[in-house]
Amino acid sequence: MSAARRRRGWSLGDAVVPVFAGLAFLYLLVPVAYTVAFSFNDAGRSNLVWQGFTLDAWRNPCGAPQVCEAFVNSLTVGLLATAGATVLGTMVAVALVRYRFRGRSAANLLIFLPMSTPEVVLGAALLAQFLSLRVQPGFGTVVIAHVMFSVSFVVVTVKARVASLDPRLEEAAADLYASSWLAFWKVTFPLLVPGIAAAALLAFSLSFDDFIITNFNSGAFTTFPKFVYVSAARGIPPQANVIGSIMFALALVLVVAVQVAAAARRRRAARAV
Amino acid sequence: MAHGTTTGVQDAAGPAGATDGPTSGGSGADLGLVGVTKAFGSYLAVDDLTLTVPAGTFFALLGPSGCGKTTTLRMVAGLEHPTSGSITIGGTDVTARRAHQRPVNTVFQSYALFPHLTVLENVAFGLRRRRVPDAVARARDGLALVELPHLADRRPAQLSGGQQQRVALARALVNSPAVLLLDEPLGALDLKLRRQMQVELKRIQTEVGLTFVHVTHDQEEAMTMADQVAVMNAGRIEQLGTPAELYELPRTVFVANFLGQSNLLPGRVREVRDGWVGVDVGGTRLVVPQDRAVSTHGDVLVGVRPEKIHLLPADEELSDDANVVGPGRVTDVSFAGVSTQYQVEVPGLGTLGVFAQNLAGGAQVALGAQVRLAWAPRFTFGLDGSTDASDGVVDLDRA
Ligand SMILES: Nc1ncnc2c1ncn2[C@@H]1O[C@H](COP(=O)(O)OP(=O)(O)OP(=O)(O)O)[C@@H](O)[C@H]1O
Ligand SMILES: [Mg+2]
Repeated sequence: MSAARRRRGWSLGDAVVPVFAGLAFLYLLVPVAYTVAFSFNDAGRSNLVWQGFTLDAWRNPCGAPQVCEAFVNSLTVGLLATAGATVLGTMVAVALVRYRFRGRSAANLLIFLPMSTPEVVLGAALLAQFLSLRVQPGFGTVVIAHVMFSVSFVVVTVKARVASLDPRLEEAAADLYASSWLAFWKVTFPLLVPGIAAAALLAFSLSFDDFIITNFNSGAFTTFPKFVYVSAARGIPPQANVIGSIMFALALVLVVAVQVAAAARRRRAARAV
Repeated sequence: MAHGTTTGVQDAAGPAGATDGPTSGGSGADLGLVGVTKAFGSYLAVDDLTLTVPAGTFFALLGPSGCGKTTTLRMVAGLEHPTSGSITIGGTDVTARRAHQRPVNTVFQSYALFPHLTVLENVAFGLRRRRVPDAVARARDGLALVELPHLADRRPAQLSGGQQQRVALARALVNSPAVLLLDEPLGALDLKLRRQMQVELKRIQTEVGLTFVHVTHDQEEAMTMADQVAVMNAGRIEQLGTPAELYELPRTVFVANFLGQSNLLPGRVREVRDGWVGVDVGGTRLVVPQDRAVSTHGDVLVGVRPEKIHLLPADEELSDDANVVGPGRVTDVSFAGVSTQYQVEVPGLGTLGVFAQNLAGGAQVALGAQVRLAWAPRFTFGLDGSTDASDGVVDLDRA
């Protein structure tokens, strides 16, 4: 009895855990908070010191030269690279799990290679390759490079999902008069959708975020991270903070929406029983 | 509108192409396997299998675990390609056809329901692939047949095992396949539900009149449900016939032991006369009808089912046309309500099992009593003496 009461009372663990959790959160969130706060800075030439509150940057996010151009460039590259990497990666993942072919285990291993190679090495190697093929670095080379490095992540993500699928389901579909093409679209694909969606999000954030490989292979083409890096020398305009804040908010909304939808689905399933 | 009624046959590759035109109320078709063999590497899972399943029959494929039942079904369904041999459905050779082009549907051992579709959409899946006009209405009929119309909108994960099993059955049945394959569909159910589903399945088969091929390793299930039973062992068919034929006249030691129980006594043929085979069994002369003996020379096994044997007091007079062994000592008496099972140890012959119906109420012979065992010669069967007499004995610890 007394032991139970003591446990319910004050203990070291009860105090230490919240404190450390709080510190960890602070550590993680301070840079984000800083970014958001300085999007409201009435910056003159430099957005490094607080000059006063203004909504100027939010009213006109494209106010600073090139910032929106770079943002749209990143968005375009991100969407194209995501589409390419997701389609390619999904096909590779299905093939690696479902089909037996020569070199399958080698392919399984090699797919990890781009993930474990340092980005500088990848970036430099890609540039060397483009140059030796006499391809002018720019938009096209950036998209190719982004598809290349994000496809591994897609394969790994989707592969886990394919491996968890019961192969009997495809056999049942075939038994019920579905050709292998229809069996894929009616059974395999719908069951893979959560994995594919996760992989696509991952690919997009990897692409949108990438600086090192992009910097090697973009020539005069400017993406958002590259723009931020280049302007860091002169001072990053508050408009960049606005765009950063918006991206952060979008990601947050997306995560919350997915959680809420999943909870709703669970509740609906529980009620149906 | 007249056009609509013929759409069932449009898809030439579909099941309608091979057999009857309309997809409802089909009567099934003959299934034939000729010399079908399946090798996995050097291992023969199915070894030169030849059998014919007549249209409209409930056919059971019975055998112990790992004997190749599932592999056989998968080859019929087109999910596995035979190493050699051919498969015909309704007289058409389908060996080269892909699974989705065969007029066959399967109820899988693990059900394999589509988790992302509702029960109704699961059942309608095959109908939709064949573009049957009123797929949803037919799927509802299918659910009604298995008595689950109220669960149409649920997902498979929200059903009990027995309900999932019935959905799997409905999903296959609604297509009215020429042959319906059932791979141990009742295996995951508890005993009570299983007996109930056996009756149900038999009712449905009689109602729809399709050809059912039902795989099981439960001999009781096979005998109560099937018109024809093929006993399979190590990739081969041991014997094929009606349940009564297999039970009354097993032709191999495996069948004699796997289907019910048998007393098998090793002996040597002494004479063959007037349609009877005289066998010397440990000094006792037993007779076997010649047409019930697999072998009529050399070493044989003389067999008799336990319920055919009468226990007689050691000193009782006997008519001399019966087969009699003993005397022996009753070593075990187990009372089971409707019947009593005795074990009798006969010196020189071993232990024989005897079933006696409890007509007079309670066990009639006491433990330790000296008895003789007698049975009518026409119930006796003779098997090849070179096989191990325990081949196919069902291990009670496992069953
Ligand atoms: N894909 C495969 N590769 C190799 N061996 C296999 C394969 N499929 C089945 N086998 C082997 O073939 C034999 C027959 O298998 P099968 O699944 O047909 O048995 P079964 O009679 O259905 O048994 P159970 O009653 O346990 O389901 C088994 O020994 C099994 O190990
Ligand atoms: Mg099996």
